[in-house]
Amino acid sequence: MIFLNFFISGISLGSIYAIIALGYTMVYGIAKMLNFAHGDVIMVGAYVCFYAVSRYGFNPFLGVVLAMAVCTLLGIIVERLAYKPLRQAPSLAVLITAIGMSYFLQNTALLLWSSNPKVFPSVIGRGAFKLFDGALSVSHITALTIGACLVIMVVLSLFISKTKLGKAMRACSEDKGAAQLMGINVNATISMTFAIGSGLAAIAGALLCSAYPTLMPTTGALPGIKAFTAAVFGGIGSIPGAFLGGLMLGVIEIFAKAYISSQLSDAVVFGVLIVVLLVKPAGLLGKMTQEKV
Amino acid sequence: MKKILVCTLLVLAMSASAFGAAFKIGGTGPLTGGAAIYGNAAKNGAEIAVAEINAMGGDVQFELRYEDDTHDAEKAVNAYNALKDWGMQISLGSVTSKPAEATAAENFADRIFALTPSASSAAVTEGKDNVFQMCFVDPNQGSASAQYIADKGLAKKVAVIWKNDDVYSKGIRDTFVEKAPSLGLEVVSETTFADGNDNDFSVQLTDAQTKGAELVFLPMYYQPASLILAQAQAMSYAPKWFGVDGMDGILTMEGFDKSLAEGVMLLTPFNADAKDERTQNFVKKYQEKHGEVPNQFAADGYDCVYAYYQALTQAKATPDMDAATLCAKMIEQFTTMTFNGVTGENVRWSANGEVTKDPKGMVIKDGAYVGLD
Amino acid sequence: MTMRRLINLKRVEARRIYLTYAVVIAAYVICQVMSSTGFLSSSMRGMLVPICAYMVMAVSLNLVVGILGELSLGHAGFMSVGAFSGVAAAFLMQGVIPFAPVRLALAMAVAAVFAAVAGFLIGIPVLRLKGDYLAIVTLAFGEIIKSILNNFYLGVDSQGLHFSMLTDTTRLLKGGKLIIRGPMGISGIQKIATFPAGFILLMIALMIVFNLVNSRSGRAFMAIRDDRIAAESIGLDITKYKMMAFVMSAALAGSAGALFAMNYSTIVANKFDFNTSILILVFVVLGGQGNMLGSIIAAAVLTILPEKLREFSEYRMLLYAVILIVMMLATNNAEIKNFLAGLNPFRRKEEAE
Repeated sequence: MIFLNFFISGISLGSIYAIIALGYTMVYGIAKMLNFAHGDVIMVGAYVCFYAVSRYGFNPFLGVVLAMAVCTLLGIIVERLAYKPLRQAPSLAVLITAIGMSYFLQNTALLLWSSNPKVFPSVIGRGAFKLFDGALSVSHITALTIGACLVIMVVLSLFISKTKLGKAMRACSEDKGAAQLMGINVNATISMTFAIGSGLAAIAGALLCSAYPTLMPTTGALPGIKAFTAAVFGGIGSIPGAFLGGLMLGVIEIFAKAYISSQLSDAVVFGVLIVVLLVKPAGLLGKMTQEKV
Repeated sequence: MKKILVCTLLVLAMSASAFGAAFKIGGTGPLTGGAAIYGNAAKNGAEIAVAEINAMGGDVQFELRYEDDTHDAEKAVNAYNALKDWGMQISLGSVTSKPAEATAAENFADRIFALTPSASSAAVTEGKDNVFQMCFVDPNQGSASAQYIADKGLAKKVAVIWKNDDVYSKGIRDTFVEKAPSLGLEVVSETTFADGNDNDFSVQLTDAQTKGAELVFLPMYYQPASLILAQAQAMSYAPKWFGVDGMDGILTMEGFDKSLAEGVMLLTPFNADAKDERTQNFVKKYQEKHGEVPNQFAADGYDCVYAYYQALTQAKATPDMDAATLCAKMIEQFTTMTFNGVTGENVRWSANGEVTKDPKGMVIKDGAYVGLD
Repeated sequence: MTMRRLINLKRVEARRIYLTYAVVIAAYVICQVMSSTGFLSSSMRGMLVPICAYMVMAVSLNLVVGILGELSLGHAGFMSVGAFSGVAAAFLMQGVIPFAPVRLALAMAVAAVFAAVAGFLIGIPVLRLKGDYLAIVTLAFGEIIKSILNNFYLGVDSQGLHFSMLTDTTRLLKGGKLIIRGPMGISGIQKIATFPAGFILLMIALMIVFNLVNSRSGRAFMAIRDDRIAAESIGLDITKYKMMAFVMSAALAGSAGALFAMNYSTIVANKFDFNTSILILVFVVLGGQGNMLGSIIAAAVLTILPEKLREFSEYRMLLYAVILIVMMLATNNAEIKNFLAGLNPFRRKEEAE
């Protein structure tokens, strides 16, 4: 039973990684850039939600919607100011700009909201579903996170495969030049991707802080890196891959803590990642691209 | 709030320069980054003390400058050097342990006296005659906690959860675990966390629970402790909780459900709810200025400045003295004087820079600290 | 025609190399003179050694990122291995070699060896991967090194060296000393790193890298970077060349780590985390990939910048972020670049080269 409890903790941690990883992977898949500021957009989303709910008494779901609106807007502004001018630049330059953006967001948050940790109000309370006479419990927030993850994954997949904009996104991801020739506005499509990714970050922020309820300007940074690892684990660019990678990373982390050593759990997690990438060099569900000669 | 801060700083600067001579006192601490809570608190506390002292208009006036070290030894030395260029005469060392070790070595080499508010690792003062601490040294806290638990018969089986990449947490844990067996305490479970995996504590708590720990010792700061308390409640695990001075501040986290901390015991030198006039005055001023209740770091920063005030007054030091002269005078004062502040009465220092003061056992009852005796 | 172009190319390249050496030497001389005549503030003097260490880090990473064309996000890991092994070595030699500069040099050599071994071991799996996957695996190794060093204990007593993992079980005899203490790192380091030592290390690093780049191997590196498949098809042993660059880069980073660590009285594994790796990468990208002088200048500028921003107190790091973004935009956006070039009356014609 303890094993199952650990498994559920792993899933619950993993579902948080997964939801952050979805944002990473989508932006990477289409814009081919690692948006290191993603974790910090999550933090901004969480703060907006916190202030809306705690200070101004919004309904939690309205709070999340407001955070989504703010983050989407933030995503658009960041993209316009910092990433768009570098569309033709080498990808490393964009990576560094994203890191600069991450510092910028963290330090702005520090000035605006102080360094003191805030305790986030859960979006759905702290209850749990009890199974097997209470021997096993799944907290509501875990259930909600997994549910949200699945819904987002399905909606995103449908959006990308069925809608016109989604097709444009796929076209851009395959070949920007050809997409342009086909009359797709590549710039607008990439901007749109950022807007959607940032909106998702707000949801991720609210869920992250509901599950682990302290909020600081650096809250998003480390989960961001873990989630990035999860996205690579599952095959970066692949939406189901991010989901699977996130869950697996969470479960491995908890099991490593429980059964190997709590001191070396991070080393174990990254060790597993390395092994997986050696066996499957493009991640679990990633597409192996064959280079043409 | 920002404006008030700028204004007070301006006033401070002006009042100091109006008298023409003030002691230049400088400190480094993490004002940005993940550890910014501690640095900003110590800085705010020290600023209030300086403002109070300067307002009294006596012979001893201060000009205070805090520089950001982002909780990093390299940046701390940079910050220290910047303060030296500014003309720092006496130093508040660094707020956190590792940076403080680095700056303490510089203090020692440059003969600039240092009194650190909260850097508690033993290596900070080791082998340096001019570096003093305002807070307990970590090993003392570990053994004092074990002693307290054994003396009061709080538990026989104890679990420890500590932070594996943190000097403070590790320092307390080491002496606690070392001392526990000799007092009849059995450490049944020992688990860790680190930056980056400090969100989920289910494994640590389950381990403590299944091994039958009656008390969980938490040598850590309050932010992870708040997560541990919440998660323990969610899994219906209710042992006794015992914290250290870093736990102070948990009740004043915005939005924290105080019922989670009900019954938590901690050894801390500072209690924001204390009824004495000194503490109440400090807490009131701090709240007015920063909108928050001061934590132990703020109190330590506040006390440091007052300790300097007392020592400088007694030594009849004047601001035109150079750092080395002041250093000799301060060593003489600090090894002989007794100080009363918000973090303790009858505070004394030994020649190696360690402080002796009574840790107050506190228990959280109805969302407030109550003396534990 | 081809011949002439080659010679010209060589001349440009040679000019660039000599310019780099000249700038480094001139900067060293100026700093030394200013330092000894008291014109340098304490703040600047305190940064001389770390700046040298960061310059070497940037040059060594540039070998991997700029010349070999592979993204590494774990370079600080090698710095860490070098820092810990170097400091431990210096400590052990304390009684044997009283002359500090020699001890420092030997410690840096030991650090280079340890880091090179780490680079080789990590290189075996890493270099089979490509692009972003290679990047994430280097990140993973950086984190693993950090995690292991945070749990590593090394002590010395009359019986010799003892080490243990997770908890301190070295059981040292009386008179023994625990050198590396897990998460508490190393305390009480003798500060024997000096600015001249940093300068010499930088010169050595530059010589090694320039010689490597302009040798047969260097041309192989660049062939691999520009077109891996074509390079493979003409029979270049890609893994061998990649490994060579990777190990060399790790060794230099190790020495830099030892130099850095011995400038402070204390060091912890957490210092060499992902953020430090990224910082070094920023030096390389900002200075221009493959451009060693650029890396060196960027390392100096970005280390001094946050210190010069101290007068803005709480807005310091915010300004730093803004300046970083603006610098990236200014150096990489074609329109801004053209605009800036238009402002420069002495601009060289791009077409001429």
